[in-house]
Amino acid sequence: MESIYWPSFFFWLFSAITCSFAVGVLVSTNIVRMAFYLVLSLAAAAGLMFLAGADFVGAMQLLIYVGGTLVLLIFGVMLTSQERFVEMKTWAGDWVKGFLAGGALLFVLIYAAFSIPEWRGMERTAAEAVPTTHTVTPIAMGLLGARTDAPDRPGYLLLFEIVSVHLLVVLIGAAYLARARRTRTIESMK
Amino acid sequence: MLSVPAVGPDPLTWGYTDSIGSAGLRKNQQVASFLSEYIWTWLAYTFAGLVHIALIINLVAVGALIFIWLERKISGRIQDRLGPTRVGGKFGWLQTLADGLKLITKEDLMPAGADGFLFKIAPYVSFCASIAAFIAIPFAGGDYPWIPQRLNTGVFFVIAVLGLEVFGVILAGYSSASKWSLFGAMREAAQVVSYEVPLGMCIVVPVLIAGSLDLIVIGDRQAGWFTNWIIFHDPFTFITFWVYFTCATASVNRAPFDLAEAESELVAGFHTEYSGLRWSFFFMAEYGSMFSVSILASILFLGGWNGPIPISDMLGLTPENGAFAAYIGQFLGAMNVIFKGTIGVCVMMWIRWTLPRLRIDQVMTTCLKYCTPIAAVMFLGATFWQLKIPDRNFFGVMPMNPAVFEIGEGLPGPRFPEIPEGKPITDQVAASNGAERKAL
Repeated sequence: MESIYWPSFFFWLFSAITCSFAVGVLVSTNIVRMAFYLVLSLAAAAGLMFLAGADFVGAMQLLIYVGGTLVLLIFGVMLTSQERFVEMKTWAGDWVKGFLAGGALLFVLIYAAFSIPEWRGMERTAAEAVPTTHTVTPIAMGLLGARTDAPDRPGYLLLFEIVSVHLLVVLIGAAYLARARRTRTIESMK
Repeated sequence: MLSVPAVGPDPLTWGYTDSIGSAGLRKNQQVASFLSEYIWTWLAYTFAGLVHIALIINLVAVGALIFIWLERKISGRIQDRLGPTRVGGKFGWLQTLADGLKLITKEDLMPAGADGFLFKIAPYVSFCASIAAFIAIPFAGGDYPWIPQRLNTGVFFVIAVLGLEVFGVILAGYSSASKWSLFGAMREAAQVVSYEVPLGMCIVVPVLIAGSLDLIVIGDRQAGWFTNWIIFHDPFTFITFWVYFTCATASVNRAPFDLAEAESELVAGFHTEYSGLRWSFFFMAEYGSMFSVSILASILFLGGWNGPIPISDMLGLTPENGAFAAYIGQFLGAMNVIFKGTIGVCVMMWIRWTLPRLRIDQVMTTCLKYCTPIAAVMFLGATFWQLKIPDRNFFGVMPMNPAVFEIGEGLPGPRFPEIPEGKPITDQVAASNGAERKAL
């Protein structure tokens, strides 16, 4: 047992969970179950992030992707309460098109992943010598314009502000669209 | 692969000095490296993990046992009744145990039209989310914190995981094939998703003041007398605490926000079709998350493991006076956290048995028209206060303890490079963190 490199073991474990539930999303025909498998797949991906030492990205994955899928699930339940939508059948042509598009993307990704020498796995002793650092403070400083990794290069303040304002606009727009419209009656116009 | 203590005989520092490397487990090594002196490393890690999991599950399950009894007693007293009096002696101590026995012997029913797989798994999803939040919740701080896994993103992780509890409720509502359940689940979903917005805004305020997402840093920031607590930091944090508590009550679905299980309208809401042990898992999850949001409130606003009076500092129960004194000090700290959490749960019960249930539009109004704007204004106010008076405490009356600026974010893991001999590591890191802060 001493010869097993446990980070690799957990990497394979989480990857297996991620991939198998992703396949589950494809195979399942019930939309709520699909969303459930998607949540499990994304949560295992968050586990991969934590394993890689990226706490912040992992927590983000949980909050945004898993939480976002939750909303997807709510809509799934709301829109499929009628009987004919609960089971989704995939036509043979859709399978072919889906496999062509998805397979092309998968091919490009795998090709890219294996063609870059820096992305090859390192030796076990080298991996154990990599120091771990906290990630939140550098990320926050970078977003505020002061990068700790490369102090002479510009930070991400402008991008951060653009994204923040964009999100604010989206929130206000959603509240505006969802507001209760006052119906005009003769009483109210007087 | 055995770890060799390099800094000295003090067992508390073993975890920081060994050379075992594994990305997922590296901050969790105090127990593991102690055990790996005697057994295989992988077994030591497994044992360490099991110890943590057993402690957390015990906290949630035994906590639920006591809270259910407490809820019966409190509701009884509020309604001028006695509550349980018979089972297990004078105060009905064992009432919950009797309830549990009853639930175990109940038949485990499932509606004919239900989606069996999701129906069976839904209670466990809720329960797992409720327990998983405790992974990143500390019970005592300082240099040797009591926490299953110290995360640099502690608050963020806890909030992300607590938001997942509603997932089990939605699955239960959908898979029960019952209109009552579906309506209850949709109400809960709408409510929880909306209340996450003001809840997040309230949590950002203590994070802003402490300058870290790490719950241990936030708690240590409030060391000393109760005047250092973040709730008393300025008028804005004082109001933020009450907004946080309102939103926390709503996000764990307690009355007056318990529309998901409104008996008078929806029979029992999302758990209408559940019986027996599966039903009780939902309730363990509910009491578990009540406890975790209360503990979170106590760490964020009410000093966490620092009592109103710094008794453990006065008695010298600190790591400088040896491991045993430090242990007692940490134990007092953990008692503080659990006591404050229990007080929070009791206040939630008091609110439940005092206020009538709100309508769904009133719930949404409370969230979107009151809590969210108040939280936003308090956030802006706290930001300006921090900008103008960063070094004053207790509503700006008292000077801040300069030690507060020296609190570090913990050690960067056992593979921290170049540890000079003879000096305790914690001092070095605290000093380097302090220096970094000053440089910034």
